[in-house]
Amino acid sequence: MIQYVINLVSVWAIPVFLLAIPLHGAVRGVKVYESFVEGAKEGFQVGVRIIPYLVAILVAVGMLRGAGGIDLLAHWLDPAMKWLGIPAEILPLAIMRPLSGSGSLGIVTELVKTHGPDSFIGRVAASAYASTETTFYVLAVYFGAVGIKKARHAVVAGLFADIVSLFAAVFVCRLVFRP
Amino acid sequence: MLNYIWLSLIILAVVLGGINGKIEGVTKSAIDAASNSVTLAIGLIGVMALWMGIMKIAEDSGLVMLLARLIAPVLRWLFPDVPPDHPAMGSMLMNIAANALGLSNAATPLGLKAMEDLNKLNKFPGVATNAMCTFLTINTAGVQLIPATMVSLMASAGSTNPTAIIGTTFAATVISLVAGLAAVKLLERLPIFAVAGVPLKEEGS
Repeated sequence: MIQYVINLVSVWAIPVFLLAIPLHGAVRGVKVYESFVEGAKEGFQVGVRIIPYLVAILVAVGMLRGAGGIDLLAHWLDPAMKWLGIPAEILPLAIMRPLSGSGSLGIVTELVKTHGPDSFIGRVAASAYASTETTFYVLAVYFGAVGIKKARHAVVAGLFADIVSLFAAVFVCRLVFRP
Repeated sequence: MLNYIWLSLIILAVVLGGINGKIEGVTKSAIDAASNSVTLAIGLIGVMALWMGIMKIAEDSGLVMLLARLIAPVLRWLFPDVPPDHPAMGSMLMNIAANALGLSNAATPLGLKAMEDLNKLNKFPGVATNAMCTFLTINTAGVQLIPATMVSLMASAGSTNPTAIIGTTFAATVISLVAGLAAVKLLERLPIFAVAGVPLKEEGS
């Protein structure tokens, strides 16, 4: 039942948005086609504007991945994380998550397949992935779009929220699924 | 801040790559990542244009304003520097809603629209405002009602109960949203994060 509703929302949300907004506009007397084109013009500039920011962040992250740095960091942090109650299997995912979206999606897919989707590790991994964001990518794209170079406290706050999400996901899964 | 993080990532990569004997992998990853970034950005242009066009209609019809007014009390507390009837309130709300519903294709363009609206209120070009930092924190810690990607991953891996993670994800995001907001509101007062720069001249002058 829940899955049916979720499926329904996932499939229908965008078409409904795409219909409802122009429809509401037309009722309110907006020249919808002209408005749309006027707004869409900005899409190109934004896409081009974020390129330098994306290159900066993705190259630095890519280099670290290419160096095998994620696994090494996971190895170093392992004792501390074990002490804090984070399962060792989750650690590479936790380190990768704020840095790379595709990289962390690969890790979580692998974890779910190896341990099984109904295993404790699989559920913790999926919950942790879903409750966090690729913070560095978001920073690069969002700030890049408006030419912000000084991010001030956004980096610290974003990473802090990511770490809290990770611990919260593990903690909540422990309560709910009882390994 | 980003200066230090960026430099640390590169130093760490080259040193670890050297120790691991993967220095060629570091070169290859750097070049690949650079060209991938452009593919990624160019790929975003079409979706971006689509949502920016839709948002322009929503703005012209007053729908954005209407949405913003619905949760004005919450928004006013979160973003005290943004006037309650500013279009940024509406576009931020749309982005947060798209994120919560797991509509990532729509969420990014809507978020960038919100950043553009917020930047219109920015008196220091190139420096993030308090509202931008708060918005980004809500974005990274944001409440997730429908973790669509993970539910479909669980289902395709043959789970007997793929939606089991919805509750745990929701709870974890509520905790991290509260923590993130507390952090961002606290950090914005710290002197090391104070705005330093040349303010724009007042509009019209």
